[in-house]
Amino acid sequence: MKPAPFTYHRPANLAEALALLRAHGPAAKPIAGGQSLGPMLNMRLARPSHLVDLNDLIELDRVRVKENMLEIGALTRHHRLANAPEVQRSLPLLGAAAASIGHYAIRQRGTIGGSLAHADPAAQLPLIAVTLGATLVISGTAGAREVPASAFLQSIMTVDLRDGELITALRFPLPVGDLWAFEAFSRRHGDFALVSVALSFARDAEGKIIALRLGLGGVDTVPLRLPEIEARAQGRPADENTIRDLAAASAAAIAPEDSEQVPVVYRRELAETLVIRAFQSALNREKGA
Amino acid sequence: MTAPTHDPLTLSLSVNGETHEIRVPARKLLSDVLREDLALTGTHVGCEHGVCGACTILIDGRPARACLTFAAQMEGHEVTTVEAMGRPDALSVLQQALHEEHGLQCGFCTPGIVVTFEHYLRENPDPTAEEVRDVLSGNLCRCTGYQNIVAAVLKAAARMRGEAA
Ligand SMILES: Cc1cc2nc3c(=O)[nH]c(=O)nc-3n(C[C@H](O)[C@@H](O)[C@H](O)COP(=O)(O)OP(=O)(O)OC[C@H]3O[C@@H](n4cnc5c(N)ncnc54)[C@H](O)[C@@H]3O)c2cc1C
Ligand code: FES
Ligand code: FES
Repeated sequence: MKPAPFTYHRPANLAEALALLRAHGPAAKPIAGGQSLGPMLNMRLARPSHLVDLNDLIELDRVRVKENMLEIGALTRHHRLANAPEVQRSLPLLGAAAASIGHYAIRQRGTIGGSLAHADPAAQLPLIAVTLGATLVISGTAGAREVPASAFLQSIMTVDLRDGELITALRFPLPVGDLWAFEAFSRRHGDFALVSVALSFARDAEGKIIALRLGLGGVDTVPLRLPEIEARAQGRPADENTIRDLAAASAAAIAPEDSEQVPVVYRRELAETLVIRAFQSALNREKGA
Repeated sequence: MTAPTHDPLTLSLSVNGETHEIRVPARKLLSDVLREDLALTGTHVGCEHGVCGACTILIDGRPARACLTFAAQMEGHEVTTVEAMGRPDALSVLQQALHEEHGLQCGFCTPGIVVTFEHYLRENPDPTAEEVRDVLSGNLCRCTGYQNIVAAVLKAAARMRGEAA
């Protein structure tokens, strides 16, 4: 399994990269970590005639907190996301999800921009981006535009990215609830999850749930945020009754694909179990802290 | 802007501290260049899609899959392969522990494991068995059942910390 021939380009900065992508149009593909594109090239599922290497665009490898957002450059690697103090302080959910991607060596190379652009429905970072209402910054030679993650991700491996455009950053709104959890189930450690759950919420002085954000991955062609469930939780105590009710309602709200290996009922039950587990681990973490 | 690139490319690669001038097609994987052009056959090739870990090398000191990297991307970066880690007559602490604990049988997966953990034990000198298993999940082994590899890594870690074991 070897890639088809291509011309290799190594731009030194964003402007050069955009000019190259524009010059070669649909025949060109950017490569960031190569952890998803590499296998596709090797299996010849992708055969670009120009490969534009983004790895020298160090300006896109950054994590910074601005007033009310956390901005992550597109070339930021999963390993850095998992360990950056800014992420651990203001968005630990993102760090925990990044730490669970694939394997150690994969996380050293894979980038957040590549993960969003690749748009695997079971991938961690698109789920976190949708659940937390992140916005993507997308640049072309004509300028930059901003798109909510939920609109950017259109279907399996289909995104709102035009020829010649690059994702340059993701912006996560802050603050988010201080209680959070990421739960996923996969058949083998490090494999893509069959179902994953991202959860973030806060509680008011009386212990009632406020500002809940709940998202499910692996249950549709794109990660789903569940606003009805979020509304249903509002103002209720985070007790066993509420959690079981929200989990059952979440399972009922999804319509996963039916396959012989993974029947619908199985994915639904997994979703229900993982939502319960997510609430429990969020609450346990609070107790432990 | 980068000069237009014509195949084959003339590259200057730094591998294990040595610089090599080579001419290879842009599409040639780093794993193949290491094995075929530089005769560094310690880097093994299994799946060629990032799953098995046999081709793991270090790029600027950090583990990476050589089969998901093009040699052309490595100009200006330092590549380290298993050949830089101990010799048959002077095994590294980790290699010695793998030997003692029967952490290998056919040895096909071993170079990737050695490269991964030589790095990892520097980042985390006192890992738990669970942490070792998490990292080891990135390296497939058809022979050992992993138990002995985990034992060897923990033994090497203890020795590197200066604890008798
Ligand atoms: C063994 C293995 C296990 C894995 N497990 C997981 C897992 O559990 N969870 C998970 O989420 N992923 C997993 N992955 C996929 C991969 O690791 C993800 O990190 C990610 O999808 C790829 O990011 P990348 O930077 O390597 O992108 P690349 O592979 O370089 O690129 C992916 C796609 O994005 C495009 N692209 C890259 N950067 C940009 C940009 N800035 N703007 C526009 N387009 C861009 C490329 O053209 C390409 O189409 C796994 C991969 C392997 C090999
Ligand atoms: S050959 Fe590279 S990971 Fe299997
Ligand atoms: S020892 Fe044979 S594959 Fe691991």
